[in-house]
Amino acid sequence: MPKYTLNVNGQQKTVEVSEDTPLLWVLRDTLKMTGTKYGCGMAQCGACTVHLDGQAIRSCVMPISAVENAKITTIEGLSADGSHPVQRAWNEIDVPQCGYCQAGQIMTASALLKENPNPNDEQISIAMSGNICRCGTYHRINEAIKLAVQYSKK
Amino acid sequence: MENRRDFLKKAFLSTGSLILGFGINESFAGVSTLKNIEEASLFNAYLTINSTGKIKLFSPNPEIGQGIKTAFAVIIAEELDVDISEVEVVQAHFDPTRFDRQETGGSGAIRHSWERLRKAGASARYALVQAAAQKWGVSADTLKTDNGKVIGQNGKVAIYQELVAEASKIQIPEKITLKSTESFKQIGKNIKGIDNQEVITGRAIYGIDYFEEGMVYAQMIRPPFGKKLDRFDASEAKKIEGISDVLAVGDKVAIVGNSTWQVMKARKLIDVIWKSDKPIEDDNFHNKIFDDTMNNGKFDIKRSNGNIEMAFKEASQIVEATYQGPFLPHNSMEPMNFFADARNLNSVRLVGPMQNPVRTRPLISKLLGTPAENISIQLTKMGGAFGRRIAPDFSLEAAELSKVIQKPVKLYWTREDDMTGGYYRPAVRYKFKAAIDKNKNITAYSLKGIGMSWNNVVRENNFPVGAIENILIENFEYKSDITTGYWRAPITNFLAFAEQAFLDEVATKIGKDPIQLRLDLLKIVKEKGIKNLTYDPQRFEEVIKKVAERANWGKKPKGVFQGFSVYFSHNSYVAQIAEVVLEKSKPALKKVYAVVDCGIVVNMSGAKNQVYGSIVDGLGHALFGKLSFEDGLPQENNFNSFRLIRFNEVPEIDVHFIENGISPTGLGEPALPPVGGALANAFAKATKKRLYIQPFADQNEHIKDIL
Repeated sequence: MPKYTLNVNGQQKTVEVSEDTPLLWVLRDTLKMTGTKYGCGMAQCGACTVHLDGQAIRSCVMPISAVENAKITTIEGLSADGSHPVQRAWNEIDVPQCGYCQAGQIMTASALLKENPNPNDEQISIAMSGNICRCGTYHRINEAIKLAVQYSKK
Repeated sequence: MENRRDFLKKAFLSTGSLILGFGINESFAGVSTLKNIEEASLFNAYLTINSTGKIKLFSPNPEIGQGIKTAFAVIIAEELDVDISEVEVVQAHFDPTRFDRQETGGSGAIRHSWERLRKAGASARYALVQAAAQKWGVSADTLKTDNGKVIGQNGKVAIYQELVAEASKIQIPEKITLKSTESFKQIGKNIKGIDNQEVITGRAIYGIDYFEEGMVYAQMIRPPFGKKLDRFDASEAKKIEGISDVLAVGDKVAIVGNSTWQVMKARKLIDVIWKSDKPIEDDNFHNKIFDDTMNNGKFDIKRSNGNIEMAFKEASQIVEATYQGPFLPHNSMEPMNFFADARNLNSVRLVGPMQNPVRTRPLISKLLGTPAENISIQLTKMGGAFGRRIAPDFSLEAAELSKVIQKPVKLYWTREDDMTGGYYRPAVRYKFKAAIDKNKNITAYSLKGIGMSWNNVVRENNFPVGAIENILIENFEYKSDITTGYWRAPITNFLAFAEQAFLDEVATKIGKDPIQLRLDLLKIVKEKGIKNLTYDPQRFEEVIKKVAERANWGKKPKGVFQGFSVYFSHNSYVAQIAEVVLEKSKPALKKVYAVVDCGIVVNMSGAKNQVYGSIVDGLGHALFGKLSFEDGLPQENNFNSFRLIRFNEVPEIDVHFIENGISPTGLGEPALPPVGGALANAFAKATKKRLYIQPFADQNEHIKDIL
């Protein structure tokens, strides 16, 4: 199987997997970085969201061969200690229930705020509608994004 | 994750810890300071405070996102007079010799544990105060506690950790004074989830994240409902690198390999031929069963009061309506999965997300042919469950496969497996009938329920039983090939809609305000003083009046249409009002008001999160949720074809809790049942069209875009 060198959370990682392996399974099975979650395998739920060169992408449909040389950030690398404004806001608003989808939600929200530090309601809605939360924490996700905007300003 | 023995050893090794053993369920009443590990075996939950001041609660109840860990910690922290941040909650392994109610379901954990946890916390506080009294040579009556400290007169202060060695020798009396509910400082406040940091940093380990060296990855292809495995061709699949095995396990085909992706690739190349020796079910089949049964079925009488025939004969008006709900998958975001190592039948290990180890372990024991004591089950954090993880199937599959292939195995379900794999909310049809006399009173009420593979789809002791003289409630179970299971607020998740929509229709037909109709019925219950009802009419009435007040019922400006619904389930009462407005003559749901009586709210933040989530869940499934069957197989198998409610679709929600100081009852489910009725009743008011069948979106073009 071919070898790929990845840049994950600022570290070089070499993996040996078939070229069609989605980034999700390289992260989870090969690199044992399980913060990124499997939810649907077809870019419908957003649980597997990571940043690829700062953009939110669905890692379950992104083949490894397409991400070499790109900078990948996962939930484990968003901050060393949960101090990213979006993570702080998620805790402050007490968003999680089961928590399973929240890494994906946080990665989508943090990519949005990077691109647009002061999004309006419609922009938040468009960005977040691709991420499913089966527990229904959407109201708090919305609140937390607004709080993260405030945290980022300080 | 640590097991009880390791945990206790550690606790005992750290010199001079205070260790309290107590019972977290009905069968143990005592609380005791412990001296040695042998004594510990008499109890089923533990609280320790070590000499660094760290407090640990060893709790048996699995967490599925309902906030049990946090709620337990708050109760302990309150009675012990420490800040919740000092309390750590450790999830127990499955141990039926210690834990009576080691399961999640029925919204019962808090109800079962409330008094026990308070007593444990108060006992620890008692021991610490007594230790300080001895140390200072003063009466314990002169001491008080605050935020992890014992405070005496003349400025004497001792932090708890200085006292634990002495406290561990204090005898705990049988009667312990608990705090008055008015003096609570933390219970009822907004407490953040105890696992938040783990979750937001991606460090939380769910079942699907569990890994150990040497394990293989496996998936299974399962037969459509009603079919059996005939044969399969895996020759192409076996050529995929990393695939070690493709084998039949009963009627399923298992694919085993070195990674998830290799297994996923391989399974697509397997050609499976199924066989069947009977008619295979589809939607038409189910509808025919419902039609035939409703007309000619022999129903079981679940309740019969008065003379129903006479009442209908003498009625001046009869209202009738039929409602139908589809099979629904649970769709927890973490699909089913389990780890099993059953190579050695004398020491079988299972690890994963499971709601009900109590009922599952004996099944694994029987399946593997080894005594239950030889099987250990480690419970992991769960990425949602909604009742799905009460069914034992996925852990049994993992155990059997590991035994057959003689390898430790992690069994994964894909989303498609999860959605097509059964144990659904049963499909149901209900027929309601009410007799109205010339004074517009309801004189008779009959309900016929038909459930697919569910023993009872009616609630024969629930409201409006007690309020109506003549009642007939009947049930019919059709044994379908489609497997069913508990789905958040089992049965009532649909029955509540049907009942509340029917009462709304009755109110309209007799020209009565729908809230007044409920209040009049409850007044009858109170006046008659009927005993042995499941519900308390007074508490019912309070949530109804409160939600009417908060939503300004009946006083809204023109163009705002309100729908009312109220339901009692899991010992809690929830009233809701949905608000629909017409935007360019299209109805839009703007707001849902909810008033909840679940007794004392333990954690306000967690409680609100549950109510918000339940309403969102209930709305989404009432509007969009369905499985349509063709040839024994659901046609919806992932989130592109099964529509779940999304971020941009949720209305504003207003939540209020009744404060009455009554011991807490369940909240993981009770806010879901009323919401379908509130929505349908508001829609009916706005459009004059009634909704009888879920998903609503398939019934009426105007409701599709109501969110």
